Amino acid sequence: MTKKITLKINGAEHTMEVEPRMLLVHAIRENASLTGTHIGCDTSSCGACTILIDGKSAKSCTILAVQAQGKEIATVEGLATAEGLHPIQEGFHLNHALHCGFCTPGMMMRAIELLEKNPNPTEEEIRWGISGNLCRCTGYNNIVTAIQWTSAKMQGKELPSTEPKFV
Amino acid sequence: MIAENFNYDAPTSLEEAIALLHQYGDDAKILAGGHSLIPMMKLRFASPTHLIDINNIPGLSYVKEEDGYLKIGAMTKEVEVEESEIIHAKYQIFMDATKLIADPQVRNFGTLGGNLAHGDAANDHPAVMIALGAEVEITSKDGKRTVGIDDFFHGFYTTAVEHGEVLTEIRIPAASGNYGSAYHKAERKVGDYATAGVAAMIQIDDQGRCTKAGIGLTNVSPLPFRAKRSEAVLVGSDLSEAVIAQAAQYAAEDCSPSEDLRGNVEYKRHLVGVITKRMLNKAISRAKK
Repeated sequence: MTKKITLKINGAEHTMEVEPRMLLVHAIRENASLTGTHIGCDTSSCGACTILIDGKSAKSCTILAVQAQGKEIATVEGLATAEGLHPIQEGFHLNHALHCGFCTPGMMMRAIELLEKNPNPTEEEIRWGISGNLCRCTGYNNIVTAIQWTSAKMQGKELPSTEPKFV
Repeated sequence: MIAENFNYDAPTSLEEAIALLHQYGDDAKILAGGHSLIPMMKLRFASPTHLIDINNIPGLSYVKEEDGYLKIGAMTKEVEVEESEIIHAKYQIFMDATKLIADPQVRNFGTLGGNLAHGDAANDHPAVMIALGAEVEITSKDGKRTVGIDDFFHGFYTTAVEHGEVLTEIRIPAASGNYGSAYHKAERKVGDYATAGVAAMIQIDDQGRCTKAGIGLTNVSPLPFRAKRSEAVLVGSDLSEAVIAQAAQYAAEDCSPSEDLRGNVEYKRHLVGVITKRMLNKAISRAKK
């Protein structure tokens, strides 16, 4: 009862034989060996498994691998290039937007779609935009700052200070 | 968590999907956005032997005004409703509601048809559709039939959609004249079901009289609930503060919430009263703009 599918992940094709019940996150982690996408709650609450499917942020623990046949999948592994980090990675790095790092891949993939649709979001729009991603370390403030920094960077604007803020 | 095994088909036409439903019998389920069904399958609350994925069928996703109706294709995603120009201009209730449904990633996949066909009084669109007086188009091998929203919900996870049928379109009487609508739910956190939710629609004539009113309640009764006494007191009235207070009180009295982790019965009735009043005022102010 298995199905042969081809997943296009970060531009590379991965052909695999899967049971229809295999979740996309398992296909990405186990069959394609791309373990940057994390499994947190496994109930589509936490957002750690967030990836992009045809540019749309998606919780890959609640999508079947067979549903992604023929679609363009982007994971955290595809962000950095030979030229360096993706602006969102740079933003998270410079603004201390992570402690343990578990939520970070999902958080960044979600932020990419958010900035794609709304290149210059307000703080409220950012907080609302990442409402499907849980972080248990940072208290979110530095994540919001990182997304604001990335927004400025991607639009070629003057970059905000990345000095730590004590509040 | 892994679901029980099943067969998977992804037909590319409605005819093919309906034929598969007949071929596989009662154990087949339609897969739309999947963000209610797949979690249930992972928890093994549901174990269909066949999944029929209708995401590859073209023509089931649209938001348009036509023949005096706002027509929404069953496979229209929450995000597409959220970003629709017609919705922004005339049906703000959907802006209120979609923002409160799950989270952005889930709204990228969850569909309006799926939200209704799931048949859960805790979902938000049932109350919205009740307030707006929607009807639902259901397609089978014999053709299409239309069911009014008041006859659509039969019980927990049960709707008017029979075996071998697919929900294909939602139709809402088009906004006309001074028309306003609003929705709010109290939720403990993003993605939670409503502690209580209220959808309101109001139409007012040029003299300030209410000509049409709809009120639907979320998650405070076993079935999505229409607050009929509240509607009756509004229609024909001048929508004075006293009338709105009366409508809110009726809604609080007539719903039948049950106690759970979100609150006790008294608290939920209180919430229904407060939110009904606020949503009526919001709908009225939108109608007057």
